This record gives sequence, structure tokens and C-alpha cells, in this order.
Amino acid sequence: MTIQIRNTIRFILNHRLVELADVSPVQTLLDFLRIDRNLKGTKEGCAEGDCGACTVLVGRLLDGKLKYESVNACIRFVGSLDGCHIVTVDSLAQPAGPLHPVQQAMVDTHASQCGFCTPGFVMSLYGLWMENAKPSIAGIEKALQGNLCRCTGYAAIIRAAEAISAIGDVGKDPLVVERDRIARELATLQDGRRVEIGSETERFILPGSVDDFAAVLEANPKATIVAGSTDVGLWVTKFMRDISPVIHLTHLEELRRISVDAEGVTLGAGVSYAEAYPVIVEHFPELTELWDRIGGQQVRNMGTVGGNIANGSPIGDTPPALIALGASITLRKGDRRRTVALEDFFIAYGKQDREPGEFVESVRIPFVSDDARVAVYKVTKRLDEDITAVCGAFRIAFDAGRVTDAVIAFGGMAGTPKRASNVEAALKGAEWTEETIERAVTAFDQDFTPLTDWRASAEYRQLVAKNLLRRFYLETQSSGQIRLDRTIAVAV
Amino acid sequence: MNVMQPIDRIRGGVHEKERHESGHKHVSGTAEYIDDIPEPQGTLHGYLGLSQRAHAEILSIDFEAVSSSEGVIGVLTAADIPGENDISPAHKHDEPIFVTDKVEFHGQPIFAVVATSREAARRAAAKVKIEYRDLPHVTDVLEAAAANYPLVIDPLKLERGDIEAGFAKAKNILEGEMRIGGQDHFYLEGQISFAIPGEDDEVLVYSSTQHPSETQHMVATVLGVPSNAVTVNVRRMGGGFGGKETQANIFAAVAAVAAKKYRCPVKVRPDRDDDMSATGKRHDFHVDYKLGFDDEGRIEAVDAVFSARCGYSADLSGPVTDRALFHADNCYFYPNVRLRSRPLKTNTVSNTAFRGFGGPQGMVGGERMIEEIAYAVGKDPLEIRKLNFYGGEGRNLTPYHQTVEDNIIGRIIEELETSADYAKRREAVIAFNRENNVVKRGIALTPVKFGISFTKTEYNQAGALVHVYTDGSIHLNHGGTEMGQGLYTKVAQVVADEFQVDLDRIKVTATTTGKVPNTSATAASSGSDLNGMAAANAAQQIKARLVKFAAERWNVSETDVAFEPNTVRIGVDRLSFNEFIKIAYGARIQLSAAGFYKTPKIHWNRAEGRGRPFFYYAYGASCSEVSVDTLTGEYQVDRTDILHDVGRSLNPALDLGQVEGAFIQGMGWLTTEELWWDAKGRLRTHAPSTYKIPLASDRPRVFNTRLAEWSVNREETIRRSKAVGEPPFMLGISVLEALSMAAASVAEYRIAPRLDAPATPERVLMAIERLRAAARQKG
Ligand SMILES: Cc1cc2nc3c(=O)[nH]c(=O)nc-3n(C[C@@H](O)[C@@H](O)[C@H](O)COP(=O)(O)OP(=O)(O)OC[C@H]3O[C@@H](n4cnc5c(N)ncnc54)[C@H](O)[C@@H]3O)c2cc1C
Ligand code: FES
Ligand code: FES
Repeated sequence: MTIQIRNTIRFILNHRLVELADVSPVQTLLDFLRIDRNLKGTKEGCAEGDCGACTVLVGRLLDGKLKYESVNACIRFVGSLDGCHIVTVDSLAQPAGPLHPVQQAMVDTHASQCGFCTPGFVMSLYGLWMENAKPSIAGIEKALQGNLCRCTGYAAIIRAAEAISAIGDVGKDPLVVERDRIARELATLQDGRRVEIGSETERFILPGSVDDFAAVLEANPKATIVAGSTDVGLWVTKFMRDISPVIHLTHLEELRRISVDAEGVTLGAGVSYAEAYPVIVEHFPELTELWDRIGGQQVRNMGTVGGNIANGSPIGDTPPALIALGASITLRKGDRRRTVALEDFFIAYGKQDREPGEFVESVRIPFVSDDARVAVYKVTKRLDEDITAVCGAFRIAFDAGRVTDAVIAFGGMAGTPKRASNVEAALKGAEWTEETIERAVTAFDQDFTPLTDWRASAEYRQLVAKNLLRRFYLETQSSGQIRLDRTIAVAV
Repeated sequence: MNVMQPIDRIRGGVHEKERHESGHKHVSGTAEYIDDIPEPQGTLHGYLGLSQRAHAEILSIDFEAVSSSEGVIGVLTAADIPGENDISPAHKHDEPIFVTDKVEFHGQPIFAVVATSREAARRAAAKVKIEYRDLPHVTDVLEAAAANYPLVIDPLKLERGDIEAGFAKAKNILEGEMRIGGQDHFYLEGQISFAIPGEDDEVLVYSSTQHPSETQHMVATVLGVPSNAVTVNVRRMGGGFGGKETQANIFAAVAAVAAKKYRCPVKVRPDRDDDMSATGKRHDFHVDYKLGFDDEGRIEAVDAVFSARCGYSADLSGPVTDRALFHADNCYFYPNVRLRSRPLKTNTVSNTAFRGFGGPQGMVGGERMIEEIAYAVGKDPLEIRKLNFYGGEGRNLTPYHQTVEDNIIGRIIEELETSADYAKRREAVIAFNRENNVVKRGIALTPVKFGISFTKTEYNQAGALVHVYTDGSIHLNHGGTEMGQGLYTKVAQVVADEFQVDLDRIKVTATTTGKVPNTSATAASSGSDLNGMAAANAAQQIKARLVKFAAERWNVSETDVAFEPNTVRIGVDRLSFNEFIKIAYGARIQLSAAGFYKTPKIHWNRAEGRGRPFFYYAYGASCSEVSVDTLTGEYQVDRTDILHDVGRSLNPALDLGQVEGAFIQGMGWLTTEELWWDAKGRLRTHAPSTYKIPLASDRPRVFNTRLAEWSVNREETIRRSKAVGEPPFMLGISVLEALSMAAASVAEYRIAPRLDAPATPERVLMAIERLRAAARQKG
């Protein structure tokens, strides 16, 4: 295989093409904007993807279509932006010109106080507006899950979001009007070459194709794979870890494919949460709420399911649900592929069944059989954009009032995402009654000895795990309100 | 002389819903925060090295790897401080910039690295090798008391009536305790300072500080130079909330020391995690209370001790714990009362000012007592509240012997009860709870009365500087700082109103110690009260000169000269403001003035616990309804209604924003914001990933906020307005109380739920479990 190499990365920054040869693999987009480019509109509030002050839009192509998404510049590596269009708050209005409709709405509704969070909100709302010019309040709140404001109490910001379309016409927005031209320009930047930047201790590579990725990784088994960098970004910004050499993968469209067949869904390892969302909602509607509560919109735009799995965290949210659904993953090293059941991938805390030089290529999720009922419950201190204290996923099949199969997996209860096999055993074959449930919940004590930390105490985790099974049962009985009703009409 | 057509009114005068003066800059990213100021060539960056132990002797420090790290220019330790190694705002000499032999909390600064980039400095700082000898440590306030830890400052006692007689007379006596958590400010812009060395001993410091004069004073002390050598500047902060009242000082001092030492501009900005580990927060409290009350629920006697986790030094813990006591009565008359504070030392970061300044903790304690009584006598807590409100013969004296003269809580509560349809909804909640076993609801309506003025009387003064230029444009500067609250906008509106010129004619410039000296912290909600008055005073001085001049020049009486919208009327004639100013300048009239204001009437004798610490009170009330999932303890706020008193609002749009924002912040404090220390004394919730402030989706699902438009401050404050920064923070208490009611429902409302704060889902679930068990026992 002859592969052509390029030693620069190229992207459009606001209105200009930028080509860089000298970029550190840990250079964040935020520092690049603020320090290298003197674009000070984008702020740093936390440097860990949680506050949204650094929100910018990144436009990238998939199958020739250009989509702009809000991302956290603080944990996004510049190296990953090859072929993208980066839009920052600084470019929305001309120095003496009128404000952008999103900006004008924010001013009109008194939606900024100290103003430090404001550019981030403007960019999140801008991203939303391009997707949906008349969003519902729930839609606005969802788009703002990744933006913290400590001053306003948000009410004014919601009012602003509702007012934008009365001020401007999204059809006339420059990014909308220019979308095709920019898409063509970005397409010309995609030359299929491998990008290699830096040397020795400071190196990163953007493989030219998935095959090239496999080859590069096999040749550099110690390299750090970076997908959406919503985990790896923090290794750099918080732990100052050395991650060179880095191999990026999200620029590979082949890895961002989703396929649906008669038996299930296959997600490429580079598919983001946001990209997977429509398929999840359609085929696994029980996972919708979970999906809506993973990170904030920026994190869902960047982060991948593949990364969530490969990261191996015991509090990652997709593994318990996917284990309950019987998902498997395909691992690839060079040209060799193997498929493992997802639950077998997690060996122990910090240890997964992945060889050096091997990567996750895809995730396979089989459809749920008609006799089974699925539920996933994520329990957190704060409802949205919070890391799981306990996450329980259930797939229980019934026949004539008896349990025929039960797969129950939990996050936050052990060093890995783990099945509650004793509970499952207590349920299998039993009658679906309250007595069975009360017998089964005692088995949680054999399955798990959770830890106490700042998210929850061991005692709380254990009790909640039991209660989640109780909830699953209650939901099959439908008696009164058993979940919070987030849909209560919201008045502004 | 020109005859002008008069217009009715200026644009942007007082009481108008003016936009924030920086709104258009916030949204476009052009509002400049300190980290956005262009860095002169050669700017260096400092980064603090923090203790990795909660309490330990430092045996040795090895800087080898730090110094040889890429880009490092040098390391600063206590030895590099030319003046005093102390920034104690309480002047207790208990707050070193860099510790030398003993660390007293995990995260305490030990040294700073100066390097060519922030990244380089930060990476280098992490490479230090420190040998410690661990000492026993205490992070919790009760453990501190048990371990005989000292108080960081003298406690306060408030006493009135005869407490023994009160309890003797009371038919019912009840004792209990409560824990109230602290809170991180989580200002979106972290701490930052940028120092630029000047000639001789001079230094200019850009600091994200709420208290430029104190920062100036601290920098001067640390450098060992007089205050006149130090200028501190701040155009705006990206949030403060009290967290930059004293906590900004260390960053300013370190930047200044480094700037003088290396003769280069030096910026110091910690990472968010270090900011949260190394800077103080709202005090956690433990309240021990004993209550005497009659069968109706009328309070006879209250005896309470408020113990606070102060951290390793005094900082502002004295006035903070004082203010907790000042607000433990909230709106209620305590016939016989003794309130004591216990500001305890702990091996944690030194706690500091935070919106409400101890008042919220006192008030939450007071509301807990009301709740106890309500459950004891089996009534709606709101009934108990009303029964005990100040008002009526002999029922207006606070525990600190100030008479409540401006009480409007009755009307506020009445209006809110109606607009929120409280009674009916409470019925509905109770009915819902009868029908549903998993989701339970709660509703609560709680009042707020908050005292306005610094309890340190000398802080109740302010200065302002107003220049009118020959083109008629006006420059305004005052001692208050802008942190988002809209102070610059409001004070400019006052000046516009004084001169009767459009608001856009006035430019407010960055707060600087070089223009207005000896200022107080922008804190205690005092910003517009004090600075608005000082600016009005400056404008009035200029106006007086202009009136006198006009009367002489045009030969009319002074009463015939008036400033009317964008014009000056002199007798029957009218001049444009600009023209008039030009003429006045030509006549050599001084067009600049320094204004001054000091709050009247107030006095306070701490030793006796007696006086009138507050000029007036601000009132408000909120009604919240919640749903709780009793399987997990998770909850949501279904609806909140607020009615809040800001007197005659200087700017209703900005005031509404303050009320909404404060409510949400108060709600966060009492619900999901949890500070969690591990066994090693490390704060583990030190970033937004682990410390959860409210999100947009945590807003009440229905959120109605109104200002009490009829309210007029009975004291002569600036345009009869009232302070707004802190009081609405305590409106969040209704959420805690509503959660508490939802929990109580599982035991048929017969047992006081004693839900502590923050009421995280875990605390709520555990309270529910406890109540269920107790109800089973009761049978
Ligand atoms: C603010 C914030 C909120 C979050 N909230 C949640 C939440 O609610 N729930 C939750 O579960 N997670 C949450 N996360 C973490 C979540 O976003 C990540 O776990 C994410 O899914 C990882 O995907 P990524 O593409 O960003 O991976 P990266 O960060 O790029 O990589 C993660 C790890 O996976 C490896 N990796 C990535 N792709 C592959 C591959 N194809 N093959 C082999 N190894 C690979 C990397 O080398 C690395 O070890 C949050 C993160 C942030 C910053
Ligand atoms: S700075 Fe907070 S999310 Fe990036
Ligand atoms: S306006 Fe200050 S944080 Fe949002």
C-alpha cells in the first residue's frame, strides 16, 4: 500500500483558510484561538468540557453534507480539525456592524450579566438555531445542557432563545447561505492523504483511511487513539499527561457510518452520540433518555460510543445499556478482526480485552426480541450533564407471567460495568410478582459491593440499585406516577 | 440665545429597564476580561504550587525538577517576599501567601513558579518534590469542636429577653440539630491577576477583585511599599459572588511580587481545579437549637449555637458568622432569645464571603426551627410563619435590639399566596401524595428579610468621580466594581438622571484605586446604594456650581435654573446641555467633582450585641412546588413563584435578573451543590465535573418572578431603591422546604423530616428511608 503523506493540517477558521505545519499533539483549540490567534471572544471556564464557556461551532462533512456542531474548544485538539470549518463568536458580527440575531436576542432579553458565559451560550444557541429555528423549550434546554451560567438563572437566556427567529431569518444566515460553497471548499481539503505532524516526542497522525489507521496503529502500538477527545482531552488539560504519539480517527468518514439490517444496528467506532441519536431513538427508544443525559450537547457532538467503551470506565453510560442489549464489538489489529461480547471486554478496573495495536472498529447492537422489555435508568446528583452515580440497564423477557430471560447490567456499582448475575438468576424462571422482586433484590448484596465517593455513598448506591429493579417492576404494573414528569408545560 | 424644543424625558434615566452597559460586548466576545488584555512582549506567567496534605510539617522541598523544567524563569517562595508574607484581611497575621514550615489545608499555596508560558509554569509546578510529616487533621466542624480546635476569631452572642424564663413558660420544648453545607462560588471567570511593573516602587495590577482598595493595600504590604505605589484596576469580573472579595488578593500579590522581581509583566491564573481547591467558599454550618413554643406554635424562646467550618484562618469568618446570627430570626419575633456563633478552625481552605455572607445559613437554621414547630403542632409551616412574624405591640425588636420599622412581609406573603394559589395547590399536593406511592410532591412558601449595610460601619462609605468634558460628554468613575450585577449601568442611570442627559452620553470607566481611593468592597449588596449616592453627590456638586454660574451670568435666580431633558433652562430660555457646558468652561467653572456618601443612622456595638447594624431591610418571598422520586431521591422543581422587594427599582430589568439568578444560585446551594472531602482532607468536588451547579434544565418548570412594584424604601436611599444582590438568594429556601414536605409525606406529615442541606438526591432518599422506618415504628 503506498500512502501519500501530508505534513500540514488545513482548516477554515472563521473566514480564512489556515494551514499549520507546527502543531503540538496536545495543542487545544481553545489555546490556539486565544493565544496563537488572539481571538479572545472564546473563554475558558473549566478546561474540562463541563462549562461551555469555550463553545465554538465546528462544521464537518459527512457524505458531502456539511453540518455545524457545538463543541468544547478546551478539550478539542487542533490536530483533529483537519478539513473542518471552525466558527468562533468573534466572527458573528462585524466590528461596527449589527449584532447577529442570536446576539441581539441575548441583549434584548437581558440574558447576560457578567457576560463570561455568554459567548458560549451564543454559540450553542447559534448551533441550535441552524438546526431548528423554532425550538421547543425542552429542545433549548437540551442544547444548553453543556453551558453553565452562574449569574442569570437561565430564564432570560431561554427567553432569548425563543426570540431569535423574530429578530432574524435563519435562511439568510451567512453560514446557511454559504453552506454549499464552504462544503465544496472543505471537500477540496480532503485529499485522502495521511497527515503526519511533529516527530519523536511530539507527534500526531491522521491516517488516510481505516486500513491506514490499522497499519499505523499496528506500527505504533503505544500510540494514543483519539476519537472525540472527551476523555483524552482531560488527560491533557487536567492531568498534564503525555499522550504522544497520537492517532486521530474522527476525520475518517468510514468509521462514522451507521448501518441497520434485519437483526440490529452497527455503529462505526467514530460515530458520535449525536450522530447515533436518530437510530437509537428509532430502534432502542428505551435508551433515548439515557442518550439525552450523556454529557451536554457539545460532548454528545464530539464523544463517540466507541470511545465510551474503549475508555473502560465503570461509570461510562453506554456499556451497561449495551451489555443488557447483548451488544458486541469488533476489534481490529492490522487486517485481523475479532468480535467479543461487550461484557467480556471489561476485565477489571482499568483493564480491557484489547491488545496493543488493536482498536475498536465497530459496535453491534442486536434488536430486542418482542417478548423482552428494556429499561435503562441513570441516577445522578444533577439531572443533566452529570456523571452516573448508578446506572442500571435491564432486559427481561417474559412468557405467560414468568421470566424467561434476564440480563441486568450496572454502572457505578463495581470496578467495571457489570452484570447482576445473582439477581438475574433469582429472576429467571420465576413468576413476575412483587414477591419475586423482593426476593431478587436481596441478591444485589451478592452481586455488588459498591464504593463510597463524592457522587454517592455505598449505602445509597446499593439501595438505589435495588430500587431500580423495583421501578422496573412497577413500570410493568403501571400504578400512578412512577417517574418524574419532565414534560410539565414550561412557561416563560 | 437658542430656544430649544424641550423633550419629555431622557433615554436611560432611573427606573428604566436599561440594558446592561456591556451587553453588546458580552454577546460579541469583545468585553475585555483580564485574560483578554493584550499581553506586552515578555509577559511571564506565574503558577501556584499547592500543598498535597491537609495538615503537615514541611520537612524539605526539592525544586530541582521545577527549575529545570522547560521555560521556567524562577521559583518564588516566602523568602522572595520583600514585605510581609501575610494577606489576612482580618489583620490576624494568620494567612501567609506562601507557607514555610507547616501546611494547614490540602491546596494551600507553598510556592509559585514563574515561566514563559502558563502551560510551562503549570507543568513545572507539578514537578516539585516535597517531604511532609503528617499531623492529625480535622475537616469537619463537629470533629473540630471535639478535637478542641480553636476559634479563628472571637465569637458573637446576641441575647434579648429572659431565655430561662421563656423556656420555663413554654408548653413545648424541642431540641434538634441541622447541617448546612457550604458552596463554591463557581464564578465563570476564575481568579486572575496581571501585574505590570512601573518605575521606582510602582506597580499596576489588573485584578479580578471585588475589593480593589484592599487588593491595593495587600499588594503594598506584601511588597513593602506605600499604598501610593500600587494601582489596582478592574473593568469587570466574570462573576464574583463574594469569591473575589478577599480571595483575589493572593493572586494579585504573587503577580506583583513576580513582576517586581523579574521586571516583567506577570499574569497569574490558576486552573479551575486549583482555584476551587485553593480559594475559600461559603461556610458550612452546624446548628444546635432548642425551642420553646406554645400549643398554637407561637415561639417563646430560642437558644441556638451556630458553628461554622471556617477553615484554617480568620479571613471574613467573624463578620460572616455574625451575619448568620443577624438572620437566624428571618422574619420572626423571638420573645426570648440567645444566639451564639462558634467560628471554628478546621484544616480546610479558609472560608469567605459568599452572597448573603452567612445570612442564608442563619436563615435556613431559622426556617428549620419553624418547620420543627409546624410538624410538632401538626400545622402547615406557613401558618407557623405567619403566627410568628414581626409586627404588633412589642413584637418588633430583633435579637440585636434593632427595631424593625419597615416591615412589609405581611403584604408580600399575602400577595404571593394569592398569585401562587398556595392554599389550593397545597391541598392538591396532599391529595396527589395520597394517590401516589413513588412520586411525592411538596410545596412551601418561605419569606425573606435581609438586613442591608455592612456590619462593619466604616465600610459604609463610598466615593465617585465625575468629569464633564467640554463637548458635554461625561466620564463617571466610582469605587464599586462590575461583576455582572449591572452596577455600572445603574450608577450611570443615576448620573444621567442628575444631569438630565441621555444615558449614552455617560461613560463608566474601569474601577481603579487611582481615581477613587479607600473604597469598600463591592459586597453586602451595597454597590448601588453607596456608589449611586456618591455619584449623585458628585453630579450635584457640579450642578450646584453650574446653577450658581448660570444665575450670575444670566441674572436670574438660582431657582430659575433647571436641568431638563438634554437641556438647561435658564429663566425662560433654554440651552442645549453641550452649549451650556462650553460656556461654563469658558467662564472657568470647575466641571469635575469627587462625590462622597456615608450611610446615616447605623451603629453597632459588637461586644454588647446591640445597635442598629442595618439601614433598612429588603423583603421577599417564594413559593416552590417539587416532585420527588422516592425510589432514588431525584427530584425536580415543578413551579416557583417569587415576589421580591427592591424598593423603587433603579432598573427593573436588571433587578429581575438579579432575583432570578440569585434564586437559582440559592436553590443550587441547597440541592445539588455538594462539597465533599475525603479521608485525607482533600476536597474532591473541585471542578464542574464533580461540583454540580444548576443548569438551564434545573430551572423550575414554571418560573414566575415579579418585583413588588408598590414598594418604596422608607429610608432615603438612592431614588428610594433597595439593594438586590443578596436578599433574593434566600428565596431558594422554599425549594429545600418543599423537598422536605415531600419527604414528610411518607410519614403522613407527622414527623419533622429534618432534611439537611444540600438536599442531594441521596440525602432526600435517606431522609425518606428514615421517615418510613420511623413511621413504621410509630405504627
Ligand atoms: C463534560 C463531560 C461530560 C460527560 N458526561 C458523560 C456522561 O454523562 N456519560 C458518559 O458515559 N460519559 C460522559 N463523558 C465521557 C464521555 O464523553 C466519553 O467517555 C466518551 O464517550 C469517549 O469518547 P471519545 O470519542 O470522546 O473518546 P476519547 O476521549 O477520544 O477516547 C477515550 C478512550 O478511548 C480510546 N479510544 C477511542 N476510540 C477508540 C477506538 N476506536 N479504539 C480503541 N480505543 C479507542 C482512547 O484511546 C481513550 O483511551 C463526559 C465527558 C465530558 C467531558
Ligand atoms: S472551558 Fe469549560 S467547557 Fe471548555
Ligand atoms: S452571565 Fe455570568 S456566568 Fe452567565
